[in-house]
Amino acid sequence: MLTGTELSASIDKLFALRKEIANAFIDTFIMLGISTTVAIVIGGLFGVFLFLSSDRQFLQNKTLYGVLGGITNFMRAFPFVILMIAMSPFTKAIVGTGIGPIAASLVLAIAGSFYFARLVEQNLREVPRGIIEATESMGARPFTIIKVLLNEARSGLILSVTILCISLLSYSAAAGMIGGGGLGDLAIRYGYYRYQTEVMIFIVIVLSIMVIAIQATGNWMANRLDKR
Amino acid sequence: MNDMIVLNDVTKSFLSDRSIKNENGKPHWFTAVEPTSLSIQQGEIFGLMGYSGAGKSTLLRLINMLERPDSGQVIIDGTDLTTLSASELRIARHNIGMIFQQFNLMSNRTVFDNVAFNLTVSGYPNRDIHKRVMDCLEIVDLTDRAGHYPAQLSGGQKQRVGIARAIAPSPKVLLADEPTSALDPATTRSLLTCLRDINEQLGVTIVIVTHEMSVIRRLCDRAALLHQGQLLEVAEVRDGLIQATTPIGKGLVVED
Repeated sequence: MLTGTELSASIDKLFALRKEIANAFIDTFIMLGISTTVAIVIGGLFGVFLFLSSDRQFLQNKTLYGVLGGITNFMRAFPFVILMIAMSPFTKAIVGTGIGPIAASLVLAIAGSFYFARLVEQNLREVPRGIIEATESMGARPFTIIKVLLNEARSGLILSVTILCISLLSYSAAAGMIGGGGLGDLAIRYGYYRYQTEVMIFIVIVLSIMVIAIQATGNWMANRLDKR
Repeated sequence: MNDMIVLNDVTKSFLSDRSIKNENGKPHWFTAVEPTSLSIQQGEIFGLMGYSGAGKSTLLRLINMLERPDSGQVIIDGTDLTTLSASELRIARHNIGMIFQQFNLMSNRTVFDNVAFNLTVSGYPNRDIHKRVMDCLEIVDLTDRAGHYPAQLSGGQKQRVGIARAIAPSPKVLLADEPTSALDPATTRSLLTCLRDINEQLGVTIVIVTHEMSVIRRLCDRAALLHQGQLLEVAEVRDGLIQATTPIGKGLVVED
């Protein structure tokens, strides 16, 4: 058990690191914010086209589905750390550096996009076929049908965004390995390399709280939006 | 009386399970609709009747081109739908409402929004949508459910929302695909009355697919008797009796 003096010494050490901790928080939020947003847009589009090009849908096209599916599988096969290294020339070209939270965000966004694409495809598949058919029978444009699909799948999509966000949070901790910054990076530098266990414990607790908060928010929103 | 719907030698086959091959090793095509010609008059209530696999639902879906016929013409109110472009077909579909066995309402939209959706799709003027939705809900006696979601309704109520949604843009034709098959007998009766009223008040031509003889007897003016993709005959319904003349047709209309 921790004695009172040990506990206050630990708190002092954490307090001394307050600047680093604050910066790590900011970096994590930057990485999470950018990558989640980009992944929702790119992955969402990709997922919609994956679904629409699949069998019995109105853009049904084996070649298109094969190509989109192949790209998705290939990108998802990359271990995240390898993807970071493989993408570093690309991130250098775009943001001027291969390290830091912005560069890491780019890699996270790419990894997240293809992950999210599959989740979107799967959610759209759960919309009853008859609803698409009814919409077609009214003479709706393809774009309107897509809107109906997304609206009918909305609570599943919110839960998928939740899963995406949590996965990206945990990936972002790994991004610390290549100088991505953020909470994971801090945990490794202080908690692991400098044997400051209290930093490690503190960050694990903080990350757990973040995961719980994200999941709870997602569940709450999904429930509210689900009228099925 | 004018012909509202004319089918000229329409056919439809489907590629059955890839694993089933013919003797010559080619994929097996299942013929759902053999060459069929049919004309349905304006204002009529016309039944498509037969056992499962008779091709009645496929025939119905050819009328609004949810299934495109392999050959033949589908002429609705003088226009051959098979010759239309995708956007012309969308406009033509505003004139053909459809209701379904499983209702197919959008579950994340309220009753009001489900009906309003079809009006928006049909290009109905925005400022008139509210009044039109309420008028249609009035016809199916559901004005008090406007703010409910489909999950909060009974099966019969859901189907009446389906009807309100389908008739909202004032279509000339209403297609009904087994509309009462998921409903109990009492609800079926009130729904048939509802369809009858709509036909009489709005003059909509109704085509109804069913395997229930009683639905045909109560509702229809005439009915096509279908068997294994073939049209056996078009029978008149007089005094609640289906006047079948062919041997198989007579067998079909005998209720168990």
